[in-house]
Amino acid sequence: MSTNTIPDFNTTVSIDKVGVEERVSRLNKRSIKKESKMQALKLALSMIDLTTLEGKDSEGKVVQLCRKARVPYAPMPELPSVAAICVYPNMVSTAKKALQGTEINVASVATAFPSGMAPLQVKLDDTKYAVEEGADEIDMVISRGEFLKGNYNLIFDEIAAIKDACGDAHLKVILETGELETYENVRKASDIAMYAGADFIKTSTGKISPAATQPVTLVMLEAIRDYYQATGKMIGMKPAGGIRKAKQALQYLVLVKETLGAKWLTPEWFRFGASSLTNDLLMQIVKQETGVYQSSYYFSTD
Amino acid sequence: MSDRIEILKTYKTYVGGKFPRSESGRTYPIRDVDDHIIANACRCTRKDVRDAVIPARTAFSGWSEKSAYNRGQILYRIAEMLEGRKDQFVNELQRGGMKTKTAEKEVELSIDRLIYFAGWTDKYPQVFGSINPVASQHFNFTSPEPTGVVAVISSDESPLLSIVSLIAPVIAGGNTCVVLASESYPLSAVSFGEVLHSSDVPGGVVNILTGYRKEMLDHLTKHMDVNAVLNCITDKEIRKLIDENASISVKRVHHYPVDDWSDDTHENPYLILEFQEQKTTWHPAGI
Amino acid sequence: MDRKTTENASNGEKKPTSPNADLKMEFSEFWQYSPAPESSDHIELKERYDLFIDGAFVPGKKGRMMKTINPATEEVLAEFTEATSEDVDSAVKAANRAYEKTWSKLSGKDRGKYIFRIARMIQEHAKDLAIIESMDGGKPIRESRDVDIPLAAAYFFYYAGWADKLDYAFPGRKAEPLGVCGQIIPWNFPLLMLSWKIAPALAAGNTVVLKPAETTPLTALKFAEICKDAGLPDGVVNIITGAGPTGAALVDHPDVSKIAFTGSTEVGKIIQKSLAGSDKKFTLELGGKGPNIVFEDASIDQAVEGIINAIFFNQGHVCCAGSRLLVQEGISEKLISKLKQRMETLIVGDPLDKNTDIGAINSRMQYNKIQEYLEVGVQEGATIHQSSCEMPEKGFFCKPTIFTGVGQSNRIVQEEIFGPVLTIQTFRTPEEAVEKANNTPYGLAGGIWTDKGSKIFKVSQQIRSGVVWANTYNKFDPTSPFGGYKESGIGREGGLHGLYPYVRLSANR
Repeated sequence: MSTNTIPDFNTTVSIDKVGVEERVSRLNKRSIKKESKMQALKLALSMIDLTTLEGKDSEGKVVQLCRKARVPYAPMPELPSVAAICVYPNMVSTAKKALQGTEINVASVATAFPSGMAPLQVKLDDTKYAVEEGADEIDMVISRGEFLKGNYNLIFDEIAAIKDACGDAHLKVILETGELETYENVRKASDIAMYAGADFIKTSTGKISPAATQPVTLVMLEAIRDYYQATGKMIGMKPAGGIRKAKQALQYLVLVKETLGAKWLTPEWFRFGASSLTNDLLMQIVKQETGVYQSSYYFSTD
Repeated sequence: MSDRIEILKTYKTYVGGKFPRSESGRTYPIRDVDDHIIANACRCTRKDVRDAVIPARTAFSGWSEKSAYNRGQILYRIAEMLEGRKDQFVNELQRGGMKTKTAEKEVELSIDRLIYFAGWTDKYPQVFGSINPVASQHFNFTSPEPTGVVAVISSDESPLLSIVSLIAPVIAGGNTCVVLASESYPLSAVSFGEVLHSSDVPGGVVNILTGYRKEMLDHLTKHMDVNAVLNCITDKEIRKLIDENASISVKRVHHYPVDDWSDDTHENPYLILEFQEQKTTWHPAGI
Repeated sequence: MDRKTTENASNGEKKPTSPNADLKMEFSEFWQYSPAPESSDHIELKERYDLFIDGAFVPGKKGRMMKTINPATEEVLAEFTEATSEDVDSAVKAANRAYEKTWSKLSGKDRGKYIFRIARMIQEHAKDLAIIESMDGGKPIRESRDVDIPLAAAYFFYYAGWADKLDYAFPGRKAEPLGVCGQIIPWNFPLLMLSWKIAPALAAGNTVVLKPAETTPLTALKFAEICKDAGLPDGVVNIITGAGPTGAALVDHPDVSKIAFTGSTEVGKIIQKSLAGSDKKFTLELGGKGPNIVFEDASIDQAVEGIINAIFFNQGHVCCAGSRLLVQEGISEKLISKLKQRMETLIVGDPLDKNTDIGAINSRMQYNKIQEYLEVGVQEGATIHQSSCEMPEKGFFCKPTIFTGVGQSNRIVQEEIFGPVLTIQTFRTPEEAVEKANNTPYGLAGGIWTDKGSKIFKVSQQIRSGVVWANTYNKFDPTSPFGGYKESGIGREGGLHGLYPYVRLSANR
């Protein structure tokens, strides 16, 4: 694949399911202990896109979440803040205000999230609105129905158009891998997204089960690696949904480390779309520091 | 009895689908029970062994890749051809001193034995193969494949029936072979070569040499391009020699001492199995 | 609070924008795994081990001792007895008595129960056995813990079930035991090879004298303790330790009915020769030089993983290792580059560390042999590439190595190296791949990587080897027969086919 040449998306990069899952299971056997564990827990914390995406979201809820984002655990102020807050477009300005003076980004889902079942113009307007409200990052969804029909060019053009509408905001493209079903589809959707201008590729909306899985993430990381080797451009990765435990987060970091290497082990290039993960990371950090197993009563649940 | 002077048959070897004389051009006399010379057989030696292994090796890939159904039909065809030349074989056996009844029985049994093994070609892989329920996400199966070139050291008893009983399971399983015919009664073996030749058996699948065993056996069982040995000789020293020679290239050896070739214990698929390798194939199962 | 002030978040680099930028992946500069050694403090090893004969540990008659060392530290782990021919004789006699008096008198059901019991006890002692295996042999604990020991238990479990079902194993035939089986196993998978040998032998009703390799006798001796604890009748399993001469005495013993050997082709041929004229049954599981064929339509990332698994599993001390990579020309550059990247993530080091991918070379002798081949490869004009991993200061370790620019005639392509050393050749057509794959006296195992089912079936038929792994490699299972074509051996171990070498069949009518 030569530089800047867009591959033919009708050809399929073949992926063996069993092989992918065996690779993940082998990587899961990495034993992360002592200093490396502490380092990874803090790193994971700094990579979180703290998310609330509910119909019942309110300004009050978002403001409280932003406080959690800034200071995840008051007794340990030296801990890093999370990478971003992820909300619906109408909550962007609230979040932006609440995070003023920090480096925490505001990410907004857009493009008729989570289904994407709307005309392109509506999606563009949705995106522009969020950007105008101050979103630093846009999390768009792809049209899965069109993808499964084989309308790859439509998907490509849609992403390119949204990217355009993003202006300076970073674009994360949600593939909703749970609806794509096969790893080959995941790979193909990843390639389309990257070549169409995605800054990040993201697994899931969190509204469909399964959400992020490690094998899916591995397939996407390998797509990012191949894209990087072909074009020299780094693309970020965001697994989202279903990552609740520190242990899982560490396993994801191992995947990143051994697939893409150290350059990607930063919030600039890797994010977790999660909410309850924050507290589990904190509990583990405190456990590592004190040697005492922790209870959730001692950690704020914003 | 007419006064006509009989045309005596020249017995040659059967190698690579042709009937060459021995490389040296030498022969040795075959005598009947009364010590009369009834024919001269080729006295093959080292170079004939060499020349017989080459076509056996060449024929292996074609023969082993034929469909099992096709191999079965060819074996059946051999039986058909033998049936058609029954009288000739009875006659030949009689000249070697066999009683008519015995000779007839021997030919008939030979025909039946061919049919028995003809029927196995597309069944033994089912009986001896398996699907293996491995604990991982893989589909796994084992199926028999022929070993390769088999050296057949045949018996001096029942000269036709023995050679048929030895060759049939070997080639039914997709192997090719180089056969050392009985030293004292090689005529039926050579004539059987003619039957094979007229039975759609590709040249080189069966190669039949006659001569003194001691001049061929060592070279044949040492030959690096021979994969296995089927031996009927019971002599301890010879057996040991075969085993030792086999070890230089890890050949499979099956010693098969037989008293009575007419016994139906010789009709069993485990003989085929002696010259089969089991191949196990794994493949992931996932979408 | 600024997250950039934390030590970890400052790792972001400037995004390279040009494809000409240095695209090398950096795997080692940030976030190293801390040491995670499995503790071996609780492991109880005796200072010296006697021979296990007739249900008891007895000293050797001549009292000659050998030492086994930890190849990762070069420290002595224990002394063990070198069995002389007299000792071998008493072991065979004990096995013979046990065969005549007890084992052959037991019902299949009861034999099965003993074997099940052994399987369970291996599972109970799994962790300790794994640690001992790694200490004695140098293999990474991840493999001894996840592969060797669980599989060893699984083999006993599988064959235990056969003991009372032999009537269903061989159509039209009655299966009877052979008597005393002499078994000689190698050092690469000590307990696993023991299970491949002992489990089917016992299930079929035979008794056993087994000799483990002289560099890895410990798990076999631990297994002897398990047999004792399991209440296995005396003499059914006898473990004698020693080197080549001990093995030879076992092979030559007149009261042994069957020999099962796993090891080099060189020794296998010697054994086959010494069995000439004896009428003893034998199985040989010998060397290999496995071709691993990658077609251009393969799932490339899984193929890379398969190549790694094929050659670096157990330091490449695997008879069925995929040590010859054959790559279709169109993807060779891409594949080799991915392979080199993947090699950078392999961790070489302390076998007891849970993160170690490649442990210690089993012995100094084997280490020297591998080093010699590395020199041969360079002398033959091949291009050597080794990963840049850190290496332990002590012990016998070898970096994962690949050779490119090799030809079929090179020694490193022809000869079994038995180490983490891969040769890479390219091919253009399937026919050429098959020809190269088969161009060897060996025929143990091979791999095929392609997305096309019909290609898999055709090529796998054409490869002359006992195992073909298609789109996978180095998989083992007790139900799956294993063994070689050509000079890679005679007979199968595992599965229904693995019973066959341990029985005598008679007409069932």
